[in-house]
Amino acid sequence: MSWAGPDDVLLSTSLASYLDKKLLVLLRDGRKLLGLLCSFDQFANVVLQDACERVIVGDLYCDIPLGLYVIRGENVVLIGELELDKEELPPHMTRVSVVEIKRAQKAERDATDLKGTMRKRMEFLDFD
Amino acid sequence: MFEIRCLRDLYTSFFLGFFHPKPRLRTAGRLLEHTRNLCLSVRRKMLFFSYFKDLVGREVTVELKNDLAIRGTLHSVDQYLNIKLENTRVVDQDKYPHMLSVRNCFIRGSVVRYVQLPPEGVDVELLHDATRREARGG
Repeated sequence: MSWAGPDDVLLSTSLASYLDKKLLVLLRDGRKLLGLLCSFDQFANVVLQDACERVIVGDLYCDIPLGLYVIRGENVVLIGELELDKEELPPHMTRVSVVEIKRAQKAERDATDLKGTMRKRMEFLDFD
Repeated sequence: MFEIRCLRDLYTSFFLGFFHPKPRLRTAGRLLEHTRNLCLSVRRKMLFFSYFKDLVGREVTVELKNDLAIRGTLHSVDQYLNIKLENTRVVDQDKYPHMLSVRNCFIRGSVVRYVQLPPEGVDVELLHDATRREARGG
């Protein structure tokens, strides 16, 4: 990331134009963090204020509040500016509590594990 | 602009280069500017950086290593090949509901798998020459 002067900020890849804006940060492990950008550096290390993790399982979602977060740049995939006048999520999605979303996450994890073991069994039996 | 009134002025003019002005590419279009950028960039090993700089303003699709594909207008690029896109829309929107209201984004260079370019935006010959020069110089 280049340290642009005040005139170049509009044309450069600097995150300066995102300061104090509500952002969506996608991480390498698939997590989605939302928050206000406090600061950044040349490695795309980022400090988010009032951060929350948006967990999405199927049509259910939940925002888990996290507070002040410092994200190491190597884990950042994408930083997106959330438009305030647009809907952040499709209307068919329902907001649930933290407990419910954790339960849904566990169910999804178990389903994928089961799919994995079934596939391994099939491969062992050499089914096509 | 610069008057030569004495011998000292003459020497100064040599130093400033007024006596032998460099041929300016005034009639060039962007094409010649691209050529110049690519030629200069080769020596500094920044071929792709310069190439992407010339593609600013074009519609590209960036495919990330996590399989997310984003289409948008290339706003800017930097030495790490971090990319800033404007007017973005995700290719498979239903799979990524959280990206619904994102219209501008910054993509870290290290997570890009592909950058899909419009074929008319690519001058293959120019790239070939620049690559050959870089291979020779590197």
